[in-house]
Amino acid sequence: MRSMREALLAFRRAPLLSVLGIITIAFSLFAVGLFGLVAVNIKETIASVEERVEIRAFIAEGTPAEAIAAAIGDIGSFPEVAKVGYVSQEDALKRARQELGEFRDVFDAGFLPASIEVRLKPGFRAPDRVRSVAARIATYQFVDDVRYGQEWVEKLARIRNIAGIAGIALGLAFAMVAVMIIGTTIRMAVLARSREIAIMRLVGATDGFIRRPFLIEGFVKGILGGGAALLLTWVASLLINQYIVKTSFFPTELAVIGVLGGAIIGLLGSGVSVGRHLRRV
Amino acid sequence: MIRFTDVTKEYPRTGVALTDVNFHVAKGEFVFLTGPSGSGKSTILKLIYMEELPTAGEVRVSGLSTVAVRRTEIAKLRRKLGIVFQDFRLLEDRSAEANIAFALEVTGAPRSQIPSRVSRLLTQVGLASKASSYPRELSGGEQQRVAIARALVNEPYVLIADEPTGNLDDRATRGIFQLLREINASGTAVVMATHNLELIRRSDYRTIEINRGQIVYDSGESKPVQPEELV
Ligand SMILES: Nc1ncnc2c1ncn2[C@@H]1O[C@H](COP(=O)(O)OP(=O)(O)OP(=O)(O)O)[C@@H](O)[C@H]1O
Ligand SMILES: [Mg+2]
Repeated sequence: MRSMREALLAFRRAPLLSVLGIITIAFSLFAVGLFGLVAVNIKETIASVEERVEIRAFIAEGTPAEAIAAAIGDIGSFPEVAKVGYVSQEDALKRARQELGEFRDVFDAGFLPASIEVRLKPGFRAPDRVRSVAARIATYQFVDDVRYGQEWVEKLARIRNIAGIAGIALGLAFAMVAVMIIGTTIRMAVLARSREIAIMRLVGATDGFIRRPFLIEGFVKGILGGGAALLLTWVASLLINQYIVKTSFFPTELAVIGVLGGAIIGLLGSGVSVGRHLRRV
Repeated sequence: MIRFTDVTKEYPRTGVALTDVNFHVAKGEFVFLTGPSGSGKSTILKLIYMEELPTAGEVRVSGLSTVAVRRTEIAKLRRKLGIVFQDFRLLEDRSAEANIAFALEVTGAPRSQIPSRVSRLLTQVGLASKASSYPRELSGGEQQRVAIARALVNEPYVLIADEPTGNLDDRATRGIFQLLREINASGTAVVMATHNLELIRRSDYRTIEINRGQIVYDSGESKPVQPEELV
């Protein structure tokens, strides 16, 4: 109660310092937010490309329809498999003609074999998974050949890994810089009130009592800064959407975590700054 | 009440500030601490309110020993000490009454009691009419009265004053000294560091003289002055 009042009073007494502090926090977190936005969109792009990972099993001519149907049923029950479909010779021809346009006449019916088309569930699209499913499908007698664009799948997996590691490293670096900048801001707020802290100690205030209003102040600044950062990131994403490329924004949970993260940085930053200051006096 | 036993204080960079200091201050006593600049007066006072701890020896203040003392215990001790400085140390952005109330809030005093206690103290130090003035609107003597009121608000055993009249002219000095005498007469011990030999000569309080970190003269424990002697 008293701590709340003191924290509010601190805002009123030094509005400029408080506002500067919030702006600093907002911009540090905004940088983190922009980075997060890029990361989220890269991740989505990779995921949508991965969606196209596909295994195709070519079927020998003259295979009885029942055998194929049974195989499709089997494959459909593999845990990795999302979707199985049958592409007859006619379908294959139709597709080829569509895709090749002016060269459509070079194909005869019968030139392209029928095939079974398999899509995998998300999380089962890594190269070794794809390979293992492909190997299982290849064991059917009537399957001539299995293709899944091995090179392409491996390249995709490599990009994914690199993007993941770079994302985490850069994200941590951004977050650390933000924490340092915010820490400095808070330290300034503490120093600005070192006289007051000294007087509080003189009249017998305990460390906890001195720390409390600073913690509340830091928490509130963190929330306000985090909220402002979220708003800035949202506006940035709208602008990017409109003028550059279609992007998606953070899911709500991530946005909430971001703002809470700001609040926690504010809280911990204040706690550490005051604690350090108190240990010196 | 306050007991120094073989106290030596050595600062990290400047070296030895006090050597083998022994003295005792009884309840209700008035003690002058005097001596040249740099002799160690402020250091003795800091040891009393445990801003500093002795390098060797022991300081005991109202039952609390500097040996293995904890930070929270020091905070609790200070609520029972009143501390006053040459430079007043008021919060510039609070009124006189808010400065005094501050010391009560720190101790968690019931909010309902704060205003009446604050105004009683302002009256006691003769500043009832300046309750809502800010430090910059007050003279040096008036600011020191606010600081003294703040020091007294928790009804301390001892008032510790480090050159409380150091920044004041003669008239204000006499006024503040008179106030300290009244406070002492009502039962609070006073330990006051001062350069003002005039004050020491005009009163017959106990005087401890320090030189180069050692006690070179102690007029001995005096009996407390009775209120009627003041008039
Ligand atoms: N915080 C400190 N750190 C290091 N040395 C200190 C510190 N405080 C005091 N000293 C040293 O201790 C010695 C005694 O200082 P102290 O302040 O006790 O003197 P004093 O008698 O109060 O002097 P004055 O009359 O000028 O106020 C001095 O030599 C001073 O340099
Ligand atoms: Mg001094």
